[in-house]
Amino acid sequence: MSEVPLELKYTKSHEWLRVEDDGLVTVGISDHAQELLGDLVFVELPETGTEFVAGDECCVVESVKAASDVYMPISGEIVEINEALVDEPEIINSSPYDSGWLFKVQPSAEEIEDLMDADAYQAEIAE
Amino acid sequence: MLIFEHSSEGRRGAPQAPAEKAPLTAIPEKLLREGSAALPEVSELQAVRHYTRLSQKNFSIDTQFYPLGSCTMKYNPRACNSLAMLPGFLNAHPLTPDAQNQGFLACMHDLQSMLCEATGMAAFSLAPMAGAQGEFAGVAMIEAYHRSRGDDARKEILVPDAAHGTNPATAVMCGFTVKEIATLDNGDVDIDALKQAVGPHTAGLMLTNPSTLGVFERNIEAIAKVIHEAGGLLYYDGANLNAILGKIRPGDMGFDVIHSNLHKTFSTPHGGGGPGSGAVGVAERLRPFLPLPVVTEEDDSYRYLTAKDCPQSIGRLSAFMGNPGVLLRAYIYMRLLGREGMVRVAEFATLNANYMMAEAKRRGFTLAINDRRASHEFIITLKNEARDYHVSAMDFAKRLLDLGYHAPTTYFPLLVPECLLIEPTESEAKEALDGFMDALEQIKHEAETNPELLHAAPQTLPVKRLDEVRAAKQLDLAFKKQ
Amino acid sequence: MPFIPHTENEITQMLETIGVDSIDDLFDEIPAHLRAGVLQAVPHSMNEMEVSRLMKQRADQNSSAICFLGAGAYEHHIPSAVWEITTRGEYYSAYTPYQAEASQGTLQLTYEYQSMMTALTAMDVSNASMYDGASSLAEAILMAVRANRKSRSRKILIPTSVNPSYRKAAHTIVNGQQVELIDVPYDSASGTVTLEQIKQQTEAHGGDITAMVLQQPNFFGCLEEVDAITDWAHDNNILVIAVINPLVMSVLNPPGKWGREDNAGADIACGDGQPLGAPMSAGGPYYGLLCCKQSLVRQIPGRIVGRTIDLDGKEGFVLTLQAREQHIRRSKATSNICTNQGLVVTASTIYMAIQGAQGLENTAAACHANNNSLVEKLIAIDGVKKAFSAPQFHETVLQLEQQPAAEVLKALMEKGILGGYNLSQDYPELGEAILVCTTEMRTEEEIDQYADAMRDVLSSGATVASLAESA
Repeated sequence: MSEVPLELKYTKSHEWLRVEDDGLVTVGISDHAQELLGDLVFVELPETGTEFVAGDECCVVESVKAASDVYMPISGEIVEINEALVDEPEIINSSPYDSGWLFKVQPSAEEIEDLMDADAYQAEIAE
Repeated sequence: MLIFEHSSEGRRGAPQAPAEKAPLTAIPEKLLREGSAALPEVSELQAVRHYTRLSQKNFSIDTQFYPLGSCTMKYNPRACNSLAMLPGFLNAHPLTPDAQNQGFLACMHDLQSMLCEATGMAAFSLAPMAGAQGEFAGVAMIEAYHRSRGDDARKEILVPDAAHGTNPATAVMCGFTVKEIATLDNGDVDIDALKQAVGPHTAGLMLTNPSTLGVFERNIEAIAKVIHEAGGLLYYDGANLNAILGKIRPGDMGFDVIHSNLHKTFSTPHGGGGPGSGAVGVAERLRPFLPLPVVTEEDDSYRYLTAKDCPQSIGRLSAFMGNPGVLLRAYIYMRLLGREGMVRVAEFATLNANYMMAEAKRRGFTLAINDRRASHEFIITLKNEARDYHVSAMDFAKRLLDLGYHAPTTYFPLLVPECLLIEPTESEAKEALDGFMDALEQIKHEAETNPELLHAAPQTLPVKRLDEVRAAKQLDLAFKKQ
Repeated sequence: MPFIPHTENEITQMLETIGVDSIDDLFDEIPAHLRAGVLQAVPHSMNEMEVSRLMKQRADQNSSAICFLGAGAYEHHIPSAVWEITTRGEYYSAYTPYQAEASQGTLQLTYEYQSMMTALTAMDVSNASMYDGASSLAEAILMAVRANRKSRSRKILIPTSVNPSYRKAAHTIVNGQQVELIDVPYDSASGTVTLEQIKQQTEAHGGDITAMVLQQPNFFGCLEEVDAITDWAHDNNILVIAVINPLVMSVLNPPGKWGREDNAGADIACGDGQPLGAPMSAGGPYYGLLCCKQSLVRQIPGRIVGRTIDLDGKEGFVLTLQAREQHIRRSKATSNICTNQGLVVTASTIYMAIQGAQGLENTAAACHANNNSLVEKLIAIDGVKKAFSAPQFHETVLQLEQQPAAEVLKALMEKGILGGYNLSQDYPELGEAILVCTTEMRTEEEIDQYADAMRDVLSSGATVASLAESA
């Protein structure tokens, strides 16, 4: 059974979001997503300073089995990326919600409340 | 051990090159290479021995039964190789004037005609160098056709969800978007879903028939009608042509453009991954768009058609003429078969597949699709074995290698869980089929009693299971001298 | 029945097991009115003896003229061992190495090929091959468009000194992907592309260029100023795609070393592997080589082999980076390529192993020396002159001042000499011009024979002027 922390927001395409104290939003992929992909071997991160609209492809996570797009869950600018993943993509497998975060966004619109909460995501992946 | 590790400084494979290095006169120093490339330095015997021994680490049709679904691993007759390598063909420069290249052009012209007849198409181009390039040429012709009519809104290609991955990848390369159409449990395309999907944006449908699920698409006429009435074109992926050769022709089913994998149906060697050939055929209305070159006959002599002759052609796909050596092999094979032999290809490929399918059922395996005829291939699903004994289709595949059989295609089509796609081809004798089914039954028994044996397989090959995660993470793609 | 082993008895048994009366019953799902009749236009079956007779006749119809034609395909010596081993059934009749444990032969050989090709080109990474040089240039262009994230233009500069067939194939293949290919004219005196012209075209097209193509030696056999152009391109955020002849890279500065050291090298190198062990064979099969810098490894299309270890820690080889290929990523794959030219790569690997660097260098140097000798003898003839001033490698453009190139080549052919490539269609501005090529295969006698034939043809033939008058 995959872990789905209660305090996070989720998307259908398996990204999670956490609103930090400074207003930035941290984004990663869910425990369920990393289980589906298996051992991650490479992460292609976006460049900081790039602006995306919600739904844009912004990042690729790659395992032996699949290269999967990560979609921007909310509109905004990339302000920080998780450089540690460049050399150790497997951190996403071992710690998807903590040290395996992908990037931080400065949101440009109020979209985050429209996303799924943990219960809704739990129901989504149970199907 | 790598060839580089057999290397000794200063050793040479003389006398295969001029003994001395002539001076590189009139070339400025800065354009010259500094130091020699780090290639192996071995004797000819060392190289011959190394590559002969390496070859012995391969499974191949010549050494093992190779029932790899969707790949048509039939016997590659030796005559096709030796006759295609006659000096008159090997030493022909590709830009030799047509008048001095008549023997070769005659073979290509005959090959085009035979392919037209066997598939029911009006014209053929032999230019594409692989199935995927044939697909590219076919879809590019669909694009060019619509554009030539000012029909610019047709930006979507429909593809059944059971299709080869090359289909959607090709459509995107040609600038189309892709929409997948669902397949019914009985293996046929969901016609209602298809009717919902078509419209003025539909450029065409790419279809493999028999499908990748190993069954003949029975509603092909209805599908053709839906696509054509919507103004789209019908593309035939010839991956499974072996199943119907001489029995039913794509042209008669309503297809407008097809590619034929000569390395499958017409027995040119797979060569450990090519070279292949994806010759493309078209109905009359698409003839002007064929890729170049095409060979034509005029006044008892043959010549290449050029861009001047065919201004609407989608153009060239290669520097010269695709893969002539492959085309010659296909030509020789087709002459050996003749019209009588071609029909028998489909008959005996189908007989072998249906026999194995009946045997699989008798031996307690679950078929992916029930109560249908197999085409030239069929699918077993091991989902029950996976659930009950925690063994996967991959475990079955690896254990088969231990027992001396190349594994069938695994995990394709993606729609069927834990599947093996089995294609025996017509050139295998009954004892090979029986031997394979015995092996499969033995493995099923082992899965029940000793699943570890499957998990640990293969044990008898040059290596055990390889660490693919390590390979992708710690990329080691070329030898570098320490 | 060719290649079908079934006995009558076995057929009966198999039909019984299936539960049908005849083989024809197995096709009862095919609508009866669509069934094919006899394939009238396919001739009757022949046995191997008959086919052998036919093919020998056809092969003998082809010309056996002495070849001084290059233009992208070259007649080189191929050691007998190369194709003897390559056509062993274990290589010849194997499939793509998806079952790694049962394909270590092909996989290790491919890894060795990648190692040799990176050594020869001084690039970091090589894939397992593309179809041919032309299609590999097209894929290199698409790869550059994916890789150069700082450029938004999708504009590619291609000098007209790049092989015209390559340019045409690239147009066909990238056509659907909104990539703009921009010609850069070559300099009519040197036969190479100049930095000035490249700058001009860059400015004329808005300054944002994604990549540029540079062929070495170029189609005319001329050597481009690769260092200065590479440096300028990199300073302007333009990726450099090298098109090379791999044999010639054994003696010329390879693409991985182009430009200044801190930013060294072309970003992508492609070309045709034919000179390394593939017979001319009327145009193929050859193979396309495709190499890149390490930083672009995840953008390279096609198959690629990696070295790894098995469960016991023993060295082994697998296909890797497959997640980006069509069979997994479908419509989002880097390319639709699946099969490549594996068997020709097998031959090429064995060729490189047998020749070694010294063998390649001596071969390349002999080509150069022979071509110099031929050109010297030809330009000594009245009415023949060299078109370009840049240094040449094993191919040269000659202008014929008195007679149409087509007529001269035809007359040479009648004397048993395949005298070169007629440039008038692709390069009308050159007037009556031919591209000649000499490899290590040509002897001094053959070179003299060509010069004598040319002298005869030019002295006996009608002049351009007289032809024009009579027309």
